[in-house]
Amino acid sequence: MAQTDYKKITRNGLWHNNPALIQLLGLCPLLAVSSTFINALGLGIATTLVMIGSNVTVSFVRNQIKQELRIPVFVLIIASFVTVVELLMHAYWHDLYKILGIFIPLIVTNCVIIARVEAFAAKNDVKASFVDGLTMGLGFTAVLLLLGSMREIIGQGTLFSHAHLMFGDTFRDIQLTLIHDYSGFLLAVLPPGAFIGLGLIIALKNVIEARRINRLAAIEKINVVDTAS
Amino acid sequence: MLRAGKTLGVFAVITTAIVAITYAITESQIIENERQALLKSLHELIPENRHDNDLYTDTKTLDIAALNFRGKPVTVYRARTNNQATAAIFSVTAPDGYTGAINLLIAINADDTLAGVRVVSHKETPGLGDAIETEKSDWIRIFDGQSLSNPLPERWKVKKDGGDFDQLTGATITPRAIVKMIKKTLQYFQANHDLVFAKDDNPPTQIQQIQSGAGE
Repeated sequence: MAQTDYKKITRNGLWHNNPALIQLLGLCPLLAVSSTFINALGLGIATTLVMIGSNVTVSFVRNQIKQELRIPVFVLIIASFVTVVELLMHAYWHDLYKILGIFIPLIVTNCVIIARVEAFAAKNDVKASFVDGLTMGLGFTAVLLLLGSMREIIGQGTLFSHAHLMFGDTFRDIQLTLIHDYSGFLLAVLPPGAFIGLGLIIALKNVIEARRINRLAAIEKINVVDTAS
Repeated sequence: MLRAGKTLGVFAVITTAIVAITYAITESQIIENERQALLKSLHELIPENRHDNDLYTDTKTLDIAALNFRGKPVTVYRARTNNQATAAIFSVTAPDGYTGAINLLIAINADDTLAGVRVVSHKETPGLGDAIETEKSDWIRIFDGQSLSNPLPERWKVKKDGGDFDQLTGATITPRAIVKMIKKTLQYFQANHDLVFAKDDNPPTQIQQIQSGAGE
């Protein structure tokens, strides 16, 4: 087996094959929960945990499962990880659980998880699958956080509101009021704001990517006729 | 084929076991969390120095046609000091908010004045109707100390409808639903003191849930 390239896996998860920006998977929870930074962080952590757990488990048992059985087994594994994470959040992060509510059990329908399990964990060793789950989860979380911050700042003029729900009362004061006497911008708080925000982030990503490729092309003095869209 | 069934069976047993174990570990903590969350919202309305009984278990389930929501009976939490009734907290639902039902806690003192009202959960428009939350505005506190004699029952409306209560900027339907529900609850309470505070058939182990908004 070839040497596993962890750098490549990491770059894929965070940038080149980012689940939210390139694969465009799991948009339902992404768009619904990203109204504030803290909500985004909560869902991001929960999703990452489930991705690591199911990736590692599937990779561990991948040689015991016949081809035709793999989908039901994957679904079983993912569903139990989601239930475990949901119960743990309900028990130890009760207030955050109440805010995220239905979107925690809905992680089970997040296609990015079964996509990684099927496309990566079922074919790679445990360590590589762990790295893949972690970086894909972090890539997803990063986009969630970016979108959450954008929507919270534009929509409410604050950042890190409700932090005490996640970290306890000592963190109640880290809320930043960036715009004082701000009456709020409803569009950013409501679902259309999430679509517009995500669209802008994807556009930004494509611009950066296009510039990078142009620069590389200039260095190597190769004319890139057309970049893959 | 048989082997496939076996594999699937083994995985089903293992994953179910993991979920069952986690459930067993977290169950008591989750029940305690629910209890704490409920007590916290009850104590916001009736502070601890106004009762010496256990609000969480001194409850009564009343089947009141005027207050039931979709046939679900109303839960009342009773506050007492030295076995004297001091206040009752009704967990009711205003069915006619702008975007759905609004779950309320309405606390009424034994002298028929309102100790306070809080919104437990709702789906009103963010930025407009959600000013009914104490985190967003103080609007809900305009009911503190009010009763059916102040203002009189015919004035229990929002100003737009010729009543005494302010509506919210950009939202009239939400406050209208809440005012209507409070009025109905006050009327019921005024007529049924004895029934509300009667000590009886109360199953103390039953866990009352006031949250019913999440999930669709």
